[in-house]
Amino acid sequence: MKNSARKTLLDPLLENNPIALQVLGICSALAVTTKMETSVVMCGAVIFVLTFSNLFVSLLRNNIPNSIRIIVQLTIIASLVIIADQFLKAYFFDISKQLSVFVGLIITNCIIMGRAEAFAMQNGPAPSLLDGLGNGFGYSFILIITGFLRELLGSGKLFGHTILPLVTEGGWYTPNGLMVTSAGAFFIIGFFIWVLRTFKKEQIEEEG
Amino acid sequence: MFEQYLSLAIKAIFVENMALAFFLGMCSFLAVSKKVNTAIGLGLAVIFVLIVTVPINNLLYNYALKDGSLAWLHPSLATYDLSFLGFLCYIGTIAAMVQIVEMALDRFVPSLYAALGVFLPLIAVNCAILGASLFMVERDYNLGESIVFGIGSGIGWFLAIVALASIRERMHYSNVPAGLRGLGMTFILTGLMAIGFMAFAGIQL
Repeated sequence: MKNSARKTLLDPLLENNPIALQVLGICSALAVTTKMETSVVMCGAVIFVLTFSNLFVSLLRNNIPNSIRIIVQLTIIASLVIIADQFLKAYFFDISKQLSVFVGLIITNCIIMGRAEAFAMQNGPAPSLLDGLGNGFGYSFILIITGFLRELLGSGKLFGHTILPLVTEGGWYTPNGLMVTSAGAFFIIGFFIWVLRTFKKEQIEEEG
Repeated sequence: MFEQYLSLAIKAIFVENMALAFFLGMCSFLAVSKKVNTAIGLGLAVIFVLIVTVPINNLLYNYALKDGSLAWLHPSLATYDLSFLGFLCYIGTIAAMVQIVEMALDRFVPSLYAALGVFLPLIAVNCAILGASLFMVERDYNLGESIVFGIGSGIGWFLAIVALASIRERMHYSNVPAGLRGLGMTFILTGLMAIGFMAFAGIQL
């Protein structure tokens, strides 16, 4: 039992990463990773929504009629996202302005629907909670790596503090403009998948 | 008037392309772009649903949710601000619209229904659809603008997914390093396409 709980929690980090292998939740993830600050806040919001949506869907799973389950799941998720959004607006107003529509887009983040559908509908509340946490961390892991590289290489900063002094401000580092644009995020994730699959050979896709 | 709509449409299609500039609808963008035919089907369905949902959500926002917008119902309701319920309402509209569109197509245009088939239900959770509604609210478009914006962003997404699918069909003939095959290579392709679309960024209308 202990082993399976641990597996549920840790597997999504590298073995079955939601972004790198399941192709879930890429949508809103990439747009917010230009800075560490927004990435971390976004991760927090997603972990919160994912964990609780898994928990509630799992608690209600025997009472949800199959034909309207998508709407029920969406309602649960949307209510949680509203809570997260109102919380961010109240306590982190600047960041919530920068995230703009992407907090709302957590609703349609496929990772949340996907886990509700694939895991929470079939499993009890406790494993679903762990699965939500695990996938939340797996997602955050990639987001934070991407955010780290994009902010460091794109503007020489981390959390808004200068790490690499820029040429324009009398330092030595010429910022890589590509990293700040959307294309940079695609390249980072593409290469991350390459690195991951070099070590985990079983994840390599067959030519199809 | 006409020029303003035209420039909004061009902006939504090329400059602020939903998929390549805002990463919206990425999940299905990457998952359903293996073949050109299916990509065309999904793209058409997205255009269709966007045309319907963005204006409806615009009306919903302006006449039910915005601060003081209930005043047309009764003066005493003028102080209500229901905009915090936005997410729930928009996603409700989208899910309901997708269901209705699905039933209507099944009844009246069975051939199109068969062609779109599995993609229609998927669209309810496509971020591009909800994203367009949220952008519409954030940028305060009026009804006319929101119709144009819906069409424009739908066409932009359609172009992007069809282009990616065509490139991926070509990729079959290339020898990609093992670890990059499939998803990894698709990310890099999308990145290159995003750079291509950045060329439109300078367009002033």
